[in-house]
Amino acid sequence: MVSELPWDSRTGTLKRDLAQGMMDPASRRALEAALQIKETQPAYICAITMGPAMAREILHQAMALGADEGVLLSDRRMAGADTFLTSHILARFIQKECQGEYLVMCGTQTSDSETAQVGPQLSEELNIPAITYAGHVEIKDRVVEVHRHVDEFFEILNMDLPGLVTIDLSAYKPRYLALEGVEKAFENPDIRHIDARQLGLDADFNALKDSPTRIMDVYSPTAQKENRVLKGAVKKVVDQLFDDYGKVISSAMGKDLKTHEHDEA
Amino acid sequence: MKRNKDIWVFGDYRNYFQNRVTLQILARAVDLSTQTGGTVCAVVLGHRVDTYVAEYIAHGAQKVYVIDDPTLRSYSIERYSWLMSWLVTRYQPETLLVGATRFGQEIAPRVAKKLKTGLTADCIDLEINTKGLLVQTAPSFGGNLIAKIITPVKRPQMATVRPGTFPELPHDDAANGQVMVLPLPGDLPEDRIRLVTSEHRPSKKQKIEDADIVICGGRGMGSKGKFKKLFDLAALMNAEVGATRPVVYSEWVSHDALVGQAGKNIKPKILLSFGISGAIQHTAALSDAHFIVAVNKNPNATMMKMADVAIVADANQVCLGIIKAIKEKARD
Ligand SMILES: Cc1cc2nc3c(=O)[nH]c(=O)nc-3n(C[C@H](O)[C@H](O)[C@H](O)COP(=O)(O)OP(=O)(O)OC[C@H]3O[C@@H](n4cnc5c(N)ncnc54)[C@H](O)[C@@H]3O)c2cc1C
Ligand SMILES: Nc1ncnc2c1ncn2[C@@H]1O[C@H](COP(=O)(O)O)[C@@H](O)[C@H]1O
Repeated sequence: MVSELPWDSRTGTLKRDLAQGMMDPASRRALEAALQIKETQPAYICAITMGPAMAREILHQAMALGADEGVLLSDRRMAGADTFLTSHILARFIQKECQGEYLVMCGTQTSDSETAQVGPQLSEELNIPAITYAGHVEIKDRVVEVHRHVDEFFEILNMDLPGLVTIDLSAYKPRYLALEGVEKAFENPDIRHIDARQLGLDADFNALKDSPTRIMDVYSPTAQKENRVLKGAVKKVVDQLFDDYGKVISSAMGKDLKTHEHDEA
Repeated sequence: MKRNKDIWVFGDYRNYFQNRVTLQILARAVDLSTQTGGTVCAVVLGHRVDTYVAEYIAHGAQKVYVIDDPTLRSYSIERYSWLMSWLVTRYQPETLLVGATRFGQEIAPRVAKKLKTGLTADCIDLEINTKGLLVQTAPSFGGNLIAKIITPVKRPQMATVRPGTFPELPHDDAANGQVMVLPLPGDLPEDRIRLVTSEHRPSKKQKIEDADIVICGGRGMGSKGKFKKLFDLAALMNAEVGATRPVVYSEWVSHDALVGQAGKNIKPKILLSFGISGAIQHTAALSDAHFIVAVNKNPNATMMKMADVAIVADANQVCLGIIKAIKEKARD
């Protein structure tokens, strides 16, 4: 079973490329938000991805959907980057290419790693303001206005350009890509490939070695379950359940439950 | 200043009472500090935050750093992340833990980046290994895999923690803690984000996909009438009810409740599964369920094998038993 995991125990990294080949749903939403902005005002959309060579397909897809340009950041030495270095590498490219009033649009969180870290960290690298979990984005007179619902608060926020937004997974349902669009996009060879040297990364840059976090182990959650078996009279097993897991249950319920300690007190 | 062994917890109080993740992390930090030494500290930024400071001390914080200023009244990502990294640089804690609320998931990566350290997102366990390092356990690949991650060199070690992961300590009015009140630093940069409106809008009725507790029933519930009892249990537990395909086909419950490949994916903290065999088309949607209790007459059912707690008994009887137990234990 272990050999089936997309995990390389030698290098200690997740083999993201196995999961790749399709644009992540979060990024689809970010692209959709960009396309909708472009429908209301002049805009140039550059789709950027950092990944192995096969991530090129994602850029074809982005261009078929309406992006003006696709850029692939790919290099052996970038492999194994954690979010800290992914955001660093993406920022290198954006700094080289974008001046003035640009807007970076990210998904909130990818489906494979779900860290939701790359967007916020990218804004730190670029030293630009960022608004996350955007449900609606508009640019009015060069001011970005974002609506969002975060931790039970609905907010309207403004910032000037340049800036960064991450698009909430519940917003901007991606448009359907007709098959002929895909075919046309693949005729378009116009995808730039940028490597570590072109980005000006140090000669000894090595994402795997330089990432601040290290994965020690990866395992399948079901394989290591404790699996306690309770048998016997219903009253007995229910009591046992609450004795041993009452706190977990009450915290998920958001209600206090009497436990034995309290009863004795 | 020399680095110490302190464990810091970001005081996230915006939805306090509903969201108790800060208290839960404090409890774990107290545990970890018995192995590593060092002080468990909370950090509270805001305006008129005395009640939270007291609350954190009552729940395990031995020291609380406070910056109380009118300009911090509303949560600001720019100000809060700048202040957190300023405080960490000044006091050099070994570890910084943040609740994985949405704000927590936004502030933590920014603080980590400013401090040039690593961060593990949405941890479901934290331990100390033999070298004294913080082992951060987090789901990966949509919960299909679990990764154990360390930050070998960079400091602080940083993690966000999924709400509900650790039980909080009981409230202790007699607990003592040191309170360090600091003035707002003069060089705090101007906020580049302008808050136009902010309005408290509690989320609408929860959906099964978002519910913290899901109760799933299968054919083993026996009949439509017996299945209905699951709704009584759900009402008591603030839970949502899900079902397998045979149940939906028999119209014991509407199609919305279908959990599985043809229905919904769920990610509850607790899944109670009653009378379900555990066919792959159903279990495919359960990979993010954190803690599973399964009830089945057959101890060898797949659902029982993948459960944390497998109860070998009649599903209806256990359902009624849990209803009774909660009615007795709930204090209002
Ligand atoms: C293309 C396709 C898509 C599908 N999609 C879905 C889907 O999205 N969701 C889904 O759920 N299914 C789906 N199915 C159906 C799936 O394969 C299973 O048939 C279904 O999940 C079984 O439901 P069940 O566990 O309720 O019933 P059963 O498999 O009949 O299991 C009943 C269980 O109850 C136990 N039991 C019986 N009496 C009692 C009692 N008194 N007390 C305690 N336990 C008892 C039995 O031991 C047994 O384990 C799909 C199937 C196909 C082919
Ligand atoms: N390798 C990458 N290349 C381009 N964008 C990325 C990459 N990784 C993450 N992102 C962006 O950051 C968002 C959040 O990713 P994550 O922090 O991994 O959950 C994604 O939706 C993308 O917009």
